[in-house]
Amino acid sequence: MTKSNNGSIMTIENLQAKIGDKNILKGLNLELEPGKVHAIMGPNGAGKSTLSKALVGHYDVEITGGDIIYKGKSIIDMDAEERALEGIFLSFQHPVEIPGVNNAYFLRTALNAKRKHEGKEELNAAEFLRLMKSHLEMLGMKSDMISRSLNEGFSGGEKKRNEILQMLILEPEVIILDEIDSGLDIDALRAVSEGINKMKDGKRSFLVITHYSRILDYIEPDYIHVLKDGRIIKTAGPELVAQLEEHGYDAIEEA
Amino acid sequence: MANEGLNKAVSGEYALGFEIDIETETVPPGLDENTIAFISKKKEEPEWMLELRLKALKKWETMTEPHWAHLDYEPIDYQSISYFSAPKEGIDSLDEVDPKILEAYEKLGISLEEQKQLAGVKVAVDAVVDSVSVKTTYSEELKKHGVIFCSISEAIRDYPELIKKYMFSVVPMADNYFAALNSAVFTDGTFVYIPKGVRCPMELSTYFRINALNTGQFERTLIVADEGSYVSYNEGCSAPTRDEHQLHAAVVELIILKDAEIKYSTIQNWYPGDENGKGGIYNFVTKRAICKGDNSKVSWTQVETGSAITWKYPSCILKGDNSVGEFYSVAVTTLAQQADTGTKMIHLGKNTSSTIISKGISAMKGQNTYRGLVKIGANATGSRNYSECDSLLIGSQCGAHTFPYLESKDTQGQVEHEATTSKISDEQLFYLRQRGINEEDAVSMIVHGFCKQVFSQLPMEYAVEAKALLELTLEGSVG
Repeated sequence: MTKSNNGSIMTIENLQAKIGDKNILKGLNLELEPGKVHAIMGPNGAGKSTLSKALVGHYDVEITGGDIIYKGKSIIDMDAEERALEGIFLSFQHPVEIPGVNNAYFLRTALNAKRKHEGKEELNAAEFLRLMKSHLEMLGMKSDMISRSLNEGFSGGEKKRNEILQMLILEPEVIILDEIDSGLDIDALRAVSEGINKMKDGKRSFLVITHYSRILDYIEPDYIHVLKDGRIIKTAGPELVAQLEEHGYDAIEEA
Repeated sequence: MANEGLNKAVSGEYALGFEIDIETETVPPGLDENTIAFISKKKEEPEWMLELRLKALKKWETMTEPHWAHLDYEPIDYQSISYFSAPKEGIDSLDEVDPKILEAYEKLGISLEEQKQLAGVKVAVDAVVDSVSVKTTYSEELKKHGVIFCSISEAIRDYPELIKKYMFSVVPMADNYFAALNSAVFTDGTFVYIPKGVRCPMELSTYFRINALNTGQFERTLIVADEGSYVSYNEGCSAPTRDEHQLHAAVVELIILKDAEIKYSTIQNWYPGDENGKGGIYNFVTKRAICKGDNSKVSWTQVETGSAITWKYPSCILKGDNSVGEFYSVAVTTLAQQADTGTKMIHLGKNTSSTIISKGISAMKGQNTYRGLVKIGANATGSRNYSECDSLLIGSQCGAHTFPYLESKDTQGQVEHEATTSKISDEQLFYLRQRGINEEDAVSMIVHGFCKQVFSQLPMEYAVEAKALLELTLEGSVG
């Protein structure tokens, strides 16, 4: 059996993965606990983005060993859409533009796919619009976000806010935030953090992948994991952030 | 990884490939003066029409098939085609229509019965099976407004003055090889006349169906919008699945007088053939509009998903001052389909303006070519054109080509051209899938987004049909 009997929502066991010919994850172990915020920090090229891609079944990543157990089941052979429907959400570092696809239409399609999967009734356009509008103000988003094309011509801040909007509406259970704070000004950072904090309900688990500690001032992490050369080399409480700030990643010795 | 799934998603099955099992009267294959005389007699045409047809045949015989288009197809044997086929029994009213035809139309989603009863959204329909117009609905009500909406055969008998005045006035009988062929052998089609100041009270539609084996379809459409009038006209087409190629060579002429407007929408879904290029319709069509009067407007909207070969350039001659020409096109080529399509905007009057929005989608082995001409004459001062040609590639075996031509004699004229080619990226697909949308729905969402500017030009109920058709064409494996 797996180690998931201690109540973790997701268990990553000895995960090995490559992109192209390059081995990137080299036996990564990590447990995500329900209701907790896990921050993954590490230098460039450590495998942070590869980890997030591996978790959501991205086509770039080939899993060569180990396993990912989510809600007691291995998900490494699951399609990307199936993982999404089961509640795994990735906020993309660089959300792609899709011209002509109405933002609200896209999001309603996604939500209804999930509701259908859960055996719930689908929301009609009016019900959905009410739901969407209820989140826009909090995120400081203009109402034209309803009708604009998905991410097309969005500023960096608008794209990230739109990712958080999707998270709020889809209500996933494991939320992976890949460099959510990159390119955000202080107002956008506040709005995005507020959205994330609103999603904390004691059950959902967050994986915050970040380069900088700035975002961690707004979303208080429960654990800091240091990712280096494809493995988690240290796990500690939030106090580790200050140490990393001061001495850098090189000073961290494997635990 | 994406390629295999994509190919599966875009090799949509042709849903309209059934054959209508009705008795038909078909002439033996071959084309000479006797064939023309037979057609003319069947249509109970006056002598002058027969003479025009024979004149067209003489001209056609001196012409050669054009091969400048970016198309590759087997030679057409014009003597192996039957030039006339008709449901055997004459049809006068809807009640007399063979129930099998009605059933077929129900399958096609254009039930005449239903439309007859539809309150609110009234659409007058003329349906052409093979060579004969089987039914025109709402003729009576249209008559009250002075609108003429009938088959071209009827019009030749009943409105000879209008026909003599306008037929061949926009597309001369020897304009090109296929137009000349059509002028000689055209078997049916639609005639519309909107009188001065009348806004046609409903959408007019014609549905074309090639049913019989080894026949060609050669319809002719003529629409005249008199001063200050307006009409929105729609045509749709389909054909059964067959291993042999079938020829469709149509001619459409639009005449728009002062202050009048015609909106012409086409949903073309002829049988496309299979992935090896076996079977399918050869679609060689000449469509041209003339904005004759000042302040007149014409708008062509086409959604081309069918046919093995498409050769089609709906054009606008902007003769009147301040006249406006528009061309909105979505052309889809999947399987082994080839399309060479586009438009010509000929600016002759002052302050004329034109817009071209062309969206080409290629998948599997499909080849899509945009070919367009913008010509600004010496007297067309203050004229403007905006062109946008976008291509979307799905997979790696397909192709997109753009040939925009510009001739401007007026140095003041404003001409803007933008062209893009993009691929449905794995990244876009993955983004949608990460949100729980399955791959086929994701492809369809991206494609619809790409076509949005054109679909928004279609009348509502046709926009719905166009979307559904696109889904069928590109994701037949759904459900």
